[in-house]
Amino acid sequence: MADAEARKVIEMGYGGNERLAMNMGPQHPSAHGVFRAILTLEGETVVGVDAVIGYLHRCHEKLGESLTYVQYPSIASKTDYVAAMTAELAYVAAVEKVGKIEVPKRAQYLRVLAAELQRIASHCLWLGTWCLDMGGALGGGATVFLYCIREREGVLDLFEALTGARLLYGFHQVGGVRYDVPAGWTQNVRETLDLIDSRVDEYEAMLEGNAFFLVRTQGVGTISRELAMDVGISGPLIRGSGVNYDVRRAEPYSSYEDFDFKVPVETAGDCYARYRVRMQEFRESIKICRQVLDGLPEGPISSRPGVKSVGQVRVAKGEGYTRVEGARGEIGAYIVADGGPKPYRLKWRGASFSNLSILPHILIGTKVADVVAIMGSVDPVFGEVDR
Amino acid sequence: MTPSAAVTALREKLGVEPALEGRVVSVDVPVERWVECARLARTELGCLYFNWLSAVDWKEQGLEVLCRLDDLDGGWALAMRTKLGPDRVHCPTLTGLYRGADWMERECWDLLGVVFDGHPDLRRILLGQDWVGHPLRKDYAVDTAYEPYR
Repeated sequence: MADAEARKVIEMGYGGNERLAMNMGPQHPSAHGVFRAILTLEGETVVGVDAVIGYLHRCHEKLGESLTYVQYPSIASKTDYVAAMTAELAYVAAVEKVGKIEVPKRAQYLRVLAAELQRIASHCLWLGTWCLDMGGALGGGATVFLYCIREREGVLDLFEALTGARLLYGFHQVGGVRYDVPAGWTQNVRETLDLIDSRVDEYEAMLEGNAFFLVRTQGVGTISRELAMDVGISGPLIRGSGVNYDVRRAEPYSSYEDFDFKVPVETAGDCYARYRVRMQEFRESIKICRQVLDGLPEGPISSRPGVKSVGQVRVAKGEGYTRVEGARGEIGAYIVADGGPKPYRLKWRGASFSNLSILPHILIGTKVADVVAIMGSVDPVFGEVDR
Repeated sequence: MTPSAAVTALREKLGVEPALEGRVVSVDVPVERWVECARLARTELGCLYFNWLSAVDWKEQGLEVLCRLDDLDGGWALAMRTKLGPDRVHCPTLTGLYRGADWMERECWDLLGVVFDGHPDLRRILLGQDWVGHPLRKDYAVDTAYEPYR
């Protein structure tokens, strides 16, 4: 049906009401991945949207069934590769819940630290690429992008020192984490956080004093509270629409109840509200990281002894769903265990999949130039959409 | 609404026996009451948030469809499940109640082959439209080479 619609390009003179089918993607610089939106346009206005996804599908759920509990966490990071730490955490947390496996306090704190640093890095990438999408109106287009990438580098360097990897970490394992902090690392974290803290102020001054930025984001792509819940979006998107929902607060995991932080909520529901939520989250994440460093307990980092074979970890029969708050919202894993070394069934609830499914509901009636701004404000990562 | 009040409401209105574990109410409903249960959850129990929908292939016992709906204000969730039975693949759609069910049901059809009756646009979503079979079925032959990938 979609393809039939796409082929139907109608040319009917210049009356202003002719319809045009336009393919945006699959290779489009603003898609941040491989995504095809078949837009039906009437002049400059979008009147129909068909979102085509799946270009990055690797059947992660089947992989999860064929790899053991020891093997899969490092593959889990490839679902949301921009925030790999939280994707891994969702999987191991689900296995720990089903298998009733304890996690030492120090490991829980390190998980929080990794997740919050990851959120900062992910939001940096989002802000830079989103502003780049909206282009030259932001004082040269690439300016904010380069600043954000520079700050993200600082966090990636920290991860490299911690795990040896910069993008896909393999930091978590069932029962704890794999690496303890290296000597002098916590001091580096503090310095990086101080730097980013001051730079976030600069981004805000640069963007919010820019009339073009405000025009392109305020009142654009509004998501109502009802629609947000109906579709099941999460993360900064739903909090930008006035719903106070954050998994860290709703169902604290990994000792989040020990930390003092605010859940930013904006009510406007437009691109600017989502931007405001994420900018405040930068500061809240920095706050949480500092609290973790101040209160990092001593002790073991994993309850699981080293394994000699990949099939050594077995989980008793049972099932459970566990969710964590990733940079893009609720990432959840539903696991059915059958007593063996692999899950019988693994279901990923990808935040980006649900978030992206809002697009056909909010793009109708907008101008085609705003599609880019709206899509960027959704912040989809296609590894997680297509899994 | 509180989870225990939801358990009472489900028991009285649907005649099913829900289980309460933590803040999650699990309920096993027959497939013909699937939509009725979701409608009750949406209109009376306050579960306005559509979280996810999927299915599990229990081999010879057939497919089981799962759905999680959240009441964000009350801070609890309803985990609905229904067994379709051996060799049965039809399940009524929830798209009339929740718009989020659209893509989730398409994914479930694509990967597990559950046919959602009444879905307005039940196409494959992750795999190509010409794909053969449903990969998350337990009898799906992973190593079989399909055209044109030989």
